[in-house]
Amino acid sequence: MLTYLRRSAAQVVFVLLGIALINFFLLHLAPGDAAQVLAGESGAATPEYMEALRRQFGLDQPLYVQFLRYLGNLVTFDLGYSFRQSLPVSELILQRLPATLLLMGTAIGFALVAGCSLGFLAARRAGKLTDTVISIVALLFYATPVFWVGIMLIVVFSVMLDWLPVGGMTSVEANLSGLALVGDVALHLVLPAVTLGLFYLAIYARLMRAAMLEVYGQDFVRTARAKGVRPRRIAWRHVLRNALLPIVTTLGVQLGSILGGAVLVETVFSWPGLGRLAFAALFQRDLNLLLGILFCSSVVVVLVNIAVDLVYTLLDPRIELN
Amino acid sequence: MMGRDWRVAGGVRRRLVVAAATMMTAAVVVGVIPGPMASAAAQEARQGGTLSIILQPEPVTLTPSTNMAQPTQVVAGNIFDGLVTYDFELKPKPALAERWEVAPDGLTITFHLRSGVKWHDGQPFSAADVKWSLENVWKTIHPRNKSLFENVTQVDTPDEATVILRLSKPSLPILSVLNGVGAPILPKHLYEGTDVLNNPYNNKPVGTGPFVFKEWKRGEYVELTRNPDYWEAGKPHLDRLLFRMIPDAAARAAAIEKGEIQYAPYNPVPFRDAERLAKLPRLKVDTRGYEWLSPLLYLDFNVENQYLKDVRVRRAIAHAIDRAALAKIVWFGYAKPAISPVPSSLVTFHNAKLPQYPFDVKKAEALLDEAGLKRDANGVRFTLTHDFLPYGDDYRRTGEFLKQALKRVGIEVTIRSQDSAAFIKRVYVDRDFDSAISYNNAFPDPQIGVVRAFWSGWLGTGTPWTNGSGYRNPKADALIQAAGVEGDPAKRVAQFNEFQDIVLGDVPSLPLLELNFFSVYSADLQGIVEQGDQVYSSLKNARFVDAPKGN
Repeated sequence: MLTYLRRSAAQVVFVLLGIALINFFLLHLAPGDAAQVLAGESGAATPEYMEALRRQFGLDQPLYVQFLRYLGNLVTFDLGYSFRQSLPVSELILQRLPATLLLMGTAIGFALVAGCSLGFLAARRAGKLTDTVISIVALLFYATPVFWVGIMLIVVFSVMLDWLPVGGMTSVEANLSGLALVGDVALHLVLPAVTLGLFYLAIYARLMRAAMLEVYGQDFVRTARAKGVRPRRIAWRHVLRNALLPIVTTLGVQLGSILGGAVLVETVFSWPGLGRLAFAALFQRDLNLLLGILFCSSVVVVLVNIAVDLVYTLLDPRIELN
Repeated sequence: MMGRDWRVAGGVRRRLVVAAATMMTAAVVVGVIPGPMASAAAQEARQGGTLSIILQPEPVTLTPSTNMAQPTQVVAGNIFDGLVTYDFELKPKPALAERWEVAPDGLTITFHLRSGVKWHDGQPFSAADVKWSLENVWKTIHPRNKSLFENVTQVDTPDEATVILRLSKPSLPILSVLNGVGAPILPKHLYEGTDVLNNPYNNKPVGTGPFVFKEWKRGEYVELTRNPDYWEAGKPHLDRLLFRMIPDAAARAAAIEKGEIQYAPYNPVPFRDAERLAKLPRLKVDTRGYEWLSPLLYLDFNVENQYLKDVRVRRAIAHAIDRAALAKIVWFGYAKPAISPVPSSLVTFHNAKLPQYPFDVKKAEALLDEAGLKRDANGVRFTLTHDFLPYGDDYRRTGEFLKQALKRVGIEVTIRSQDSAAFIKRVYVDRDFDSAISYNNAFPDPQIGVVRAFWSGWLGTGTPWTNGSGYRNPKADALIQAAGVEGDPAKRVAQFNEFQDIVLGDVPSLPLLELNFFSVYSADLQGIVEQGDQVYSSLKNARFVDAPKGN
């Protein structure tokens, strides 16, 4: 275990350096720079003004100098400075992180519980009406574009029924605090979390059903049946546990995407998350900020991968870390 | 908007409840307001309340000294007062300057400032602030004003309330940019000796305007509160402005329709939604308040292109485009055909008697034939690539409209899309394009927003929104430069008339449409659109009234 972690740590450093390198040069391939975007947004510019901006952003330096500076920052755990937003990148990320964690956590939690339950149900009633209905619903949620689901939910639940707010994270105009604020955020969370959750739910339901059916076909289940173990016990003790492995893998992948957030859902619901921040940073050529978000996301992906390996060994003692 | 408890009440009734609640929380309730609002005074106007406004996209900074992007200015117009504001005819009206005089030779401009004005941090506002801002911001780092103020050689402040600009040559357009965002006056005591570009106050601005900056929660909102010490007694009426960022257009429409947002400037929703919202009695759609900007949609031809370098081809394309249909079909009537690069809202300078390019397919074909560009076996004369300004579907659809129009005369068009950084680099830096659709704001004087598209002086510098076509004409250049330093207003008009005649004849850039931006606001609001630079000015006159007016 310890050897595994030590070796992983060494690999992580190399992986992250590689990611930083690729990110940096890939992003610099995009035509146009931040000074041009700013000047473009202003609707006017003088050559001197553009020059002043480039000097301020460090864009007048050769690319390799910019890269070395960036690496130097990373080694000292400094994500750099967003000149466009006039704030350190780490501060910008930390400002948005809670909103993203809340949204993704709720959505994935909801999707995991509901999706796995539906998948479990469908597998136990395989071929029956319940299974068909669940499969069709899952397929629908999976195939419908997320932004469309979001807008439809807004139209129905916000505009027509007037039950829930259209977007945002709090009712700023109401100046709430304490419990009232928590309730208010929860209200604002419902639609985006459900929208995002429905998509993941479909994935978990399909995956769970398929995994369980596969396990049902294996010898040890037949043996258990032959021994007269009750179907409910077979489902819970023998099948479910084994079927969880692919779920954990998928969960790992999705947890890795947490920092990137869900751009579409955050956009539709004006949710102040990291996905929107990254999206805007790309269009504004705010490369320091974008690199920061990508880098943090990479770190999360790598760490979650290690965690998934560890969870495997807990779920299935036959798997060894080597 | 009050707490969530009101949500059970829907529609009009809900707005009444909100208005009543607003009244209860208001500190003062005013009755009849004298002046231009007298006709509406039968409805009871309220002092106080929170106005929720759409701000899109999120601004980069809140101080308009170095960044002239639209969202920055929409917020900053409420925080920073200018020396003047502009009425619907684009004439300057007093603001921080109570009056001003231009010397007969045009070489001295004197401003008499209002006394007793305070910055939001309590420090007195004085002529020194104006002098410092002119010398350290407008003349140096301001993206647009640098060239306008370059003839100002000296700024004298004989007393705290007088600013005298001394110029080496007359520079009349100066009087057209002196509002809060056009020539922002920054507090000298907070900026002097600092790096203006990186000053922390850029993101927590201190101005003299009717609203005071309170908080900017990135990704969510910018909050301003009422300035209790504002120099204009009794104003502003509202307690709070909340600028909310809602990135998705459909969500914006929903928020407006639901009443969560009561004011949404700058084409907040697609035209189709605007049509629908305009029919709701609770809402109004208004195209006034953008006169100071006077946006013009145009088609730049790359005059170095092997086909487009022939003026006959450019004229043929001009004849091939039905601009009235473009305005109606693509822009849903929120535009009108442009007949000159100087939009008609610039009443003084617009020349309505220029020779035109009426929609005439036969004439277009004849011109192309004359240029020696015959149709091939497939009916195609030649192929062009078209880059459109990536600011939304309206520009892409304009490109598609042009593609159809040009196909009729045998020109095959490929439409290319990209993001704005790539667009700017392609058109203004690399000049790797055939034709491009874009828009410029003209502003009240052609010197500010129009001539940059034709002057050859900035060619080769890669400066966005300056002469994308690559046009060089010594006569046009000479007129531009002469008008810039002409002190006689009548002579300037004559110079610009000739200038319009030349560039419309050469047509390196074809004026397509004068765009009408629109705002959507709640019908129970008054005083939302009061002047020609409203969208970049303050909402000090805005207030809620008792009941929505039917419309």
